[in-house]
Amino acid sequence: MIRISNVQKAFGSVIVLKGIDLTVEKGELVCLIGASGSGKSTLLQCINGLEPIQGGEILVDGISVHDPKTDINKLRSKLGIVFQQYNAFPHLTALENVALAPRVVSKRSRAVARALAQKHLEHVGLGDKGDSLPSQLSGGQQQRLAIARALAMEPSYMLFDEVTSALDPELVGEVLETMRLLKSEGMTMVVVTHDINFARESADRVAFLCQGEVCEIGTAEEVIDNPRKEQTQKFLRRENRKPLEIVRSSVA
Amino acid sequence: MQFQFANQGLAWSDAYFLAQGLLNTVRLAAAATLVGTLAGIVLGWLRTVSMTVRIATAPFIDILRSVPMIIQLILANSLLSILGFGTSPFWFGTVALGAWMSAVTAEVVRASLLSVPVQYRKSARSLGMNGYQELLYISMPLAFRTGLAPWIGLVLSLIKDSALAGVVGYIEYMRSTQILITRTHETWLLLMGAGLFYFLICYPVSRYSRHLERKVRV
Repeated sequence: MIRISNVQKAFGSVIVLKGIDLTVEKGELVCLIGASGSGKSTLLQCINGLEPIQGGEILVDGISVHDPKTDINKLRSKLGIVFQQYNAFPHLTALENVALAPRVVSKRSRAVARALAQKHLEHVGLGDKGDSLPSQLSGGQQQRLAIARALAMEPSYMLFDEVTSALDPELVGEVLETMRLLKSEGMTMVVVTHDINFARESADRVAFLCQGEVCEIGTAEEVIDNPRKEQTQKFLRRENRKPLEIVRSSVA
Repeated sequence: MQFQFANQGLAWSDAYFLAQGLLNTVRLAAAATLVGTLAGIVLGWLRTVSMTVRIATAPFIDILRSVPMIIQLILANSLLSILGFGTSPFWFGTVALGAWMSAVTAEVVRASLLSVPVQYRKSARSLGMNGYQELLYISMPLAFRTGLAPWIGLVLSLIKDSALAGVVGYIEYMRSTQILITRTHETWLLLMGAGLFYFLICYPVSRYSRHLERKVRV
C-alpha cells in the first residue's frame, strides 16, 4: 500500500504540491489527471524518492520514502517507474537494458539476468527484439522496453508518468494494451495520464489534481462522468473538446 | 693546416640515432597520456560532483591550459631540481606533459559527463542503482562516446608538444633531429623526415579513433 499524507513540495519559491493525501491499495489502478503544472508528475517522482519533499510523508508498504535512514535503492526496486520520454539506455541492446538492473542491483548472475530479461521482453511483446538497440525501435517499442525494464526488478508497484504523451497516435494503442495486460495480472499501478478514455475504462479510482491539491477523487463514473467540483468540470470540458475545435478557437 | 670534422655528412649510423629519438618520443607521449588521462578522469569526475573541488582545482586547470608548454617544461624542470628531485629528463617530461594532459582531459571528462541526458541517470536511479553504479554503467559509457573525439585531439596535441621536451634535456625525436641538423646542415631533409614520422605516429591514432567512434556510435 502506498500512503501519501500531507505531502508538500516546492521548487524554490514555486509551491507545486500543497498537502496531498492519497492512498493506493494493493492491486488498484489509480489514475492521476489534471492540467499541465498541476503537480501530477512531480507527485509520481516523489513516490519513489527521485524528488525530495518539504513536508508530509510517503509510506510504501509502511516504509517512509524520504526518511534518510531508508535504503532508498532497495525501496526503489519495489517501485517501477516509466517516464514520458522513453529512456531506454541508448548504448545497450534491448536485452541488456532489461538485464542490467537485475544483474548489478539484484546481483543475479549474467545468465539468470538474461533469461529474466528475455522473459520480460516477451511479456511486453518484444521477444524478438532483444538484440536491437533502442535507436532501431519505434517509440511504442521503446516505451514497452522501458516497461519491461521496470518489470524485471519484479516491483510491487508500477508508476506511469504520461507514458503515451510523447508517442505518435498510432503507437499509443500498443502501450496502453501492455498496461491493461499488467492491470489484468493484478499489478498495483499509479498512472499519470492525459488520456481520459484510458482513465475511464481502466482506473479503479481517478484523482483529479488541481493547483497542487487533490481536488476530486473517486471512481471513474464519479469523477469523469459526474464531476461535482467546478474545476473538474472545466478541465474535462476542455479535454473532451475535439482537437479541431481547439485549433479553431485558438486561431479565432 | 686544415681542419676536417669527422662524419660531417649523414651516415647510416644516424638512422639508429634518430630511431632512438623516435622511440623516446613514443615512450614519453605514451607515459604522459596514460598518467594524464587517468588523473584527468578522476579530476574531471570530481569536478562534476563537488563544488569545493571545482573551485579548488580551477587555478590548476586554468594555468596549465593557458601557459605555453615550453614555459611549463622549463619551470617544472627548475622547480623539481630545486626541490631535489634529481630524476631523469624522461620523468620531468612525463610530469610536465602529464600535468597538462590531466588538466585538459579533466575538462573533456567534465563536459562529457554533464552532457549525459538527465533522464537516463534518473531512469538508472529509479531502477535502484546507486550513484556509483549509475556512473559506471550509464554515465561513463555515454560520456565516453561524447568525449572520445576531443580526447584523441588532446593526445595528438600531446604527441606534438612532446617535441618540446628537448629543452629539459630529453633526447626525443625532435631533439635528435636538431642535433643532426647542427652537425650536417641537412635541414630540409631532416625536418621533412621528422614531419613525416610525426605524421606516421599521429595518423594511426586518429584513424583508430574514427574506427572506434563508428563502433560505439548509438
